[in-house]
Amino acid sequence: MSQNRKAVALISGGLDSLLAAKVIQDQGIHVEGINFYTGFCVEGHTHAIRKKDRNKPKRNNALWSAEQLGMKLHIVDIIDEYKDVVYNPRHGYGANMNPCLDCKIFMVQKALEWMQAHDFDFIITGEVIGQRPKSQRKDTMPVISNESGADDLLLRPLCARNLPETRPEKEGWVNREQLFDFSGRTRKPQMALAASLGFEDYAQPAGGCCFLTDAAYSIKLQDLWKSRGEKRYELDDIMLLKVGRHMRPREHFKVIIAREEGEGKFLRGYRKQFVCLDTVSHAGPLALIDGEVTRQDIELAAQLVARYSQGRSAESVELEVSDHGAEAYRIQVAPMPAHEIPQGWHV
Amino acid sequence: MSHEIVDARRLLCPMPVIRVQNRIAELPAGTLVKAICSDPGALSDIPAWCRINGHQVLETRVDDDEYIVIVQVGENT
Ligand code: SF4
Repeated sequence: MSQNRKAVALISGGLDSLLAAKVIQDQGIHVEGINFYTGFCVEGHTHAIRKKDRNKPKRNNALWSAEQLGMKLHIVDIIDEYKDVVYNPRHGYGANMNPCLDCKIFMVQKALEWMQAHDFDFIITGEVIGQRPKSQRKDTMPVISNESGADDLLLRPLCARNLPETRPEKEGWVNREQLFDFSGRTRKPQMALAASLGFEDYAQPAGGCCFLTDAAYSIKLQDLWKSRGEKRYELDDIMLLKVGRHMRPREHFKVIIAREEGEGKFLRGYRKQFVCLDTVSHAGPLALIDGEVTRQDIELAAQLVARYSQGRSAESVELEVSDHGAEAYRIQVAPMPAHEIPQGWHV
Repeated sequence: MSHEIVDARRLLCPMPVIRVQNRIAELPAGTLVKAICSDPGALSDIPAWCRINGHQVLETRVDDDEYIVIVQVGENT
């Protein structure tokens, strides 16, 4: 096998991409990893925000995978370019707001650009036929290769023997016989291969690799778009969807209420961009109001926030209001009784 | 000694790593880079990224609520 060939491996942090890269490394190919950051990735965020999680050891699984393999990892920010994939997926969404097939096409296309810019020879992914119902099927594999433009420079080492030969195989850069024919939803072949290669303690994410596969998160994203009258988000929006209790008492505004201290601290960092409510007469959560609001709206939001404070049974609760960082003022409100909060307000 | 500063405050991982990575790509070997972060994950992620990409972490510390990582740039190959 050639010592000079170079492959770029899409590394998600999961087991399959780790194995795919290892299998190709073991054929004497120089492999470097690439990891795309869309803003929706599950890695770390709630961990960083929630107080109870902050002291647990934490690791970024893509970096961990690269370290296991002794290879470089390039983390690429695709937040802005990725928006169009989320707004208009040509192949539609999965069970939630996850545009998996378009997402894969886009990532392979970006990997192809990187490969060409860095003079690498081919791309590898950890895809396995039948592993995921929407995006990893026998009929979607050529769609990803073709629509990304990678064509036969895209090699899937874990299921290559179930697919037509790619250029790295045809040219003898890699030995097809030493690639695999995994298929279906079972994880057993991957786990056996991991054991034989000496990998332990690898990440086993439940569901997908991003928040867009999460039903509750997807509902919040759709609510955001509905309230804006268009599909549009910024990085701060999608971060805030991961944090706190979201309630929409009126079409034109939403209240984000911290559920614990770490979330409160995180939300406080946004106080100059929003109307911010802080309970002062009792222990209570910090909250942000997202939307253009009147004094009456602020009072309604404050009543909701007071409901989640230690003063929920008190006659009145005092809160400090700061409007986009302007000088704060205080208001007194009666906490809204739990039974008066319509279920429909919870996003 | 002077440092190149990467201000990654209020960014959540992996953004601090990406900021450090992109800054280092423009710098000659030997330069010192000081990353200031508010996500504690930076204390594990930036050193991990440095280990695999050939840069040396000289110091990690916590200053109040800020997480500081000082890196010496290795050879960018
Ligand atoms: S789960 Fe998210 S990151 Fe993974 S393929 Fe689907 S849309 Fe892309």
